[in-house]
Amino acid sequence: MSARDHGPLDGSDPETGPDGLPTRPREFRIGRAAFLATVAVGIGGIFVGPSLSRIFTDPLSGVLPGSLGEFIPGNGWVIYNVQNPFPRFDPATYRLSVGGLVRRPVTLNWNQITALPGDQQTSTFHCVTGWTVDGVLWEGIRAQTLMDLVAPLASAKYVTFQSMEGPYVDQLSIDQFTLPDVMIARQMDGGPISRAHGAPLRLIIPDMYGYKNVKWLRSITFVADESQGYWEQRGYDVDAWVGRSNGYG
Amino acid sequence: MHWLLALAFFVLLWTGFLMSVPVLEGDVTRPVAKAWHIDAAIALAVGVVLLTLVQGRVFARTISQLERFDRDDWRWLAEIPRRFWSVAPAAPPQGRFNAGQKLNTALVSGLMVVSYITGFLMWLGERNTAYRFAGTFGVHDDVMWCLMVLVAGHMYMALVNRSTRASMAGMIRGSVDRTWALRHHKKWVADLDRAAAAQRAAAPDDEAVASRSPRAS
Repeated sequence: MSARDHGPLDGSDPETGPDGLPTRPREFRIGRAAFLATVAVGIGGIFVGPSLSRIFTDPLSGVLPGSLGEFIPGNGWVIYNVQNPFPRFDPATYRLSVGGLVRRPVTLNWNQITALPGDQQTSTFHCVTGWTVDGVLWEGIRAQTLMDLVAPLASAKYVTFQSMEGPYVDQLSIDQFTLPDVMIARQMDGGPISRAHGAPLRLIIPDMYGYKNVKWLRSITFVADESQGYWEQRGYDVDAWVGRSNGYG
Repeated sequence: MHWLLALAFFVLLWTGFLMSVPVLEGDVTRPVAKAWHIDAAIALAVGVVLLTLVQGRVFARTISQLERFDRDDWRWLAEIPRRFWSVAPAAPPQGRFNAGQKLNTALVSGLMVVSYITGFLMWLGERNTAYRFAGTFGVHDDVMWCLMVLVAGHMYMALVNRSTRASMAGMIRGSVDRTWALRHHKKWVADLDRAAAAQRAAAPDDEAVASRSPRAS
């Protein structure tokens, strides 16, 4: 084997040992450090990631168009929709229909909705895909307020929630609808519900996964028969209790 | 080990997308996607442990080569922009793995470990919401994006980039062309030649040792 085989390609003179082969420069175990640093940053991100990233994503979220928000990580929320673009809320033309098997069906405009008595709660939001947001402040209308307004018939056993997002619908039993922490939310975290989060009204049932918490509500209908909602038709559980459904409990 | 990781990674990526972007689900429903996702993760972990037990010494040598950086490696990294724009770049001599490969391995390994930790927490959190931490899903998601970028670059180097795609022969056959190795991994050739010379000195009648080509094992 000739020295030419070990000659430098760029013409410079490498350090060589007594055998004519390149010697090994001093080495540092940086690979191990990079690996451990990556793991440490990852684990740290589990606990501080959402609060840190809020610094960057809050300014962005007001500017980006609807479904792009789904790909911006941070603050814990992931926005899902089934149809583009997100429904748009116009306070002048918005109407909420509350009817079905009731004595006094109503169609409420936005002024009437905001005039209804409300309640506040702080609850945790769980998504079936695996993420959770703690400490969400909701303001909204309790089920009993609506039921006092429309007077459901004895034959009404279920409540169907239709979204302005065309195909999206879901349902609760009357018992589930009247749980103490269920509400038709008007505000989130101290302000109006944003477009991405379901403006102007969304159902909140904290003990069930997010897909039951219908966004962009346009009608609430009292019915006799159970029916499957959007995601239930695609294999998800009807009674979507957190930690006790969709394969567990 | 590499091919197990590659196969598992793409199964995990695909099933992960189906679970985290539910509108992508078609015939593969969430329960099926989740089962494949978890099975692939377990198969990969078990495979890594078994291969380590069987080929521990080879594995240890490879890790040792991967984790050590010297000043040639720092120069190699620092001169990437210059080589990118140059017509005929002259890179500092590299060992069996160049500095880019070493860095890629460290990052991918670390990100895979974070994936396992956050994935396990997500699995645990379905059974007990006390283990649902605010950032788990986001970190699992972000790590996936980082891995996609790194794997895309890796596949570009392996399949498209002319000066590096010769290394695919090493990953498939277990050996690479010596001339190519001299150009891109000169210090590795030197190490192998030094080892071969030492063996010849110990057993001078063994001509098969002298003619052996570098092996990518």
